[in-house]
Amino acid sequence: MAEHHSSYVPKTGFERWLDARLPIVRLVHDSAVSYPVPRNLNYFWTFGGILMFMLVSQIVTGIVLVMHYTPHVDYAFQSVEHIMRDVNYGWLMRYMHANGASMFFIAVYIHIFRGMYYGSYKAPREVLWILGVVIFLLMMATAFMGYVLPWGQMSFWGATVITNLFSAIPVVGETIVVWLWGGYSVDNPTLNRFFSLHYLLPFMIFGVVILHVWALHHVGQNNPSGVDVKNYQKDTVPFTPFATVKDLFAMVCFMIFFAWFVFYMPNFLGHADNYIPADPLKTPAHIVPEWYFLPYYGILRAIPDKLGGVVAMFASIAILAFLPWLDTSKVRSGKYRPWFKVAFWTFVVVSVLLGYTGSQPTDKVVLAIGGRTVMDMVGFAQILTAIYFGYFLIALPLLGLIEKPKALPASIADSVLGPAGSGHIVGAHAAPPKH
Amino acid sequence: MADQSMSEPNRRDFLFLATGAAGAVAVGGVAWPLISQMSPDASTIAAGAPVEVDLAPIAEGRAITLKWRGKPIFVRHRTAAEIEASKKDDKSGLPDPQPDAVRVRAFEGKAQEQWVVVYGNCTHLGCVPIGFSGDYNGWYCPCHGSHYDNAGRIRKGPAPRNLDIPEFAFLSASKIRIG
Repeated sequence: MAEHHSSYVPKTGFERWLDARLPIVRLVHDSAVSYPVPRNLNYFWTFGGILMFMLVSQIVTGIVLVMHYTPHVDYAFQSVEHIMRDVNYGWLMRYMHANGASMFFIAVYIHIFRGMYYGSYKAPREVLWILGVVIFLLMMATAFMGYVLPWGQMSFWGATVITNLFSAIPVVGETIVVWLWGGYSVDNPTLNRFFSLHYLLPFMIFGVVILHVWALHHVGQNNPSGVDVKNYQKDTVPFTPFATVKDLFAMVCFMIFFAWFVFYMPNFLGHADNYIPADPLKTPAHIVPEWYFLPYYGILRAIPDKLGGVVAMFASIAILAFLPWLDTSKVRSGKYRPWFKVAFWTFVVVSVLLGYTGSQPTDKVVLAIGGRTVMDMVGFAQILTAIYFGYFLIALPLLGLIEKPKALPASIADSVLGPAGSGHIVGAHAAPPKH
Repeated sequence: MADQSMSEPNRRDFLFLATGAAGAVAVGGVAWPLISQMSPDASTIAAGAPVEVDLAPIAEGRAITLKWRGKPIFVRHRTAAEIEASKKDDKSGLPDPQPDAVRVRAFEGKAQEQWVVVYGNCTHLGCVPIGFSGDYNGWYCPCHGSHYDNAGRIRKGPAPRNLDIPEFAFLSASKIRIG
């Protein structure tokens, strides 16, 4: 897609003076006001804006929490309770931050699934997609380290289990784990470094988000039809007011959902055991990660071999980065791919079920015939793991070769207004209204 | 002229390489402290000094958990029947084959079979297994379902190895030093 030319015209003398020295107003105007947006975007395209809001919300509440938190094994748990009980609105800041992490992941999962359904990872958006995978990885690292900070039982044992994943690396594994811990077990040095990195990573996410948006604005947005913009007049509308108002409306709806959790069920997504101070001598009976890590945890436990489980878990995330090359179909949008749709929705259901297996005890019976256990949670997770990888390694490469896609619309305008020349286009006002 | 400078290294080439090499050493010199600072510090290492444990209060058939270097260590006083059961399994296809005799230490040339001393962290992902439970009445890890026998050997589940044995020695028949 061609870069559109800047339509910024400095109005005042000061703007002209500044524009000649630092064209920052021009940058904002070109990327958030006059930037052309495909006219057929649906509400799934509002989650990028929602995610930016969540990132800012997490950074603001996080900075405030740090003003009252103490990163030391003897005081961390107490200082969190101090925030909850003594600090003015401390409860609000902490509940916003803790639930905000969950909201962030809800939004990012919708954002990722949207990209997967509409083929947003395909050329020329591969780099945009990979930057998104990098952001996702950074988010997971940030969320994991943040969960350790309250130093409850789940914090401690979550940290122990996850850092021990690295001990599966042959030869140097144990050395790496001691280096990560800064001691012989998860202890004060571990808490301190996690705190330092938990503060750093959101700003790194911010940096990669800038690259992500830059890449997006360079290649242009995908759209539900997956057809490229051909005629800017007919196929696009200006970012402001169309996308800004729609994004803001979606953001408000999302905030209502967020507020519902914060004010009515702030501990619903958490785990009660994290209100017990960390005890290195006692593991909780049933240890589970936060909900957003459950599918990966399900995959980890599905493989009976330690190294194999760790490799499968990391591979399940890393494989996302290869999506642009695994999907061989020339058609971008899943809307026009009948068999892809079946594979995609199977993948979504399997991902959710993997999360379910991750939340259950390993020896729980899934299928029993005549009192004999035919399948337990591990066996079930193994089948799901096979389907999960099958989507990437079998379904996507093959479907592109054997599937017969439906006819694509001639243009984005056609996809919303019907075939061109029908007369509707005159009244539809594709060009931005002049102020 | 051009040919000469291509074929024969001159002073400029030497300076270019020497500067590059010095720069690489400087980068490595700065990177190493940044990496090394994350390793266990002097106070952590000092706090991990060896400890002596009196075994006399531990009755036969009982076990204690002590904390050393931030980790639990199980000291289990096995009964004659338990030792017998463990020895019987020496050749029954263990995932990490180790005879019972290798799992215990000796004092003055005499194997102290009744004492099993192991790290209390599952070799899978580090959870603390529960004593006197599981299919082999040794330890059972509630996190991912690993079963150990009374010598701390892995018998069933995802753990790759037997429970690790810390470095320890008998100072007398009823006293050990760990570390």
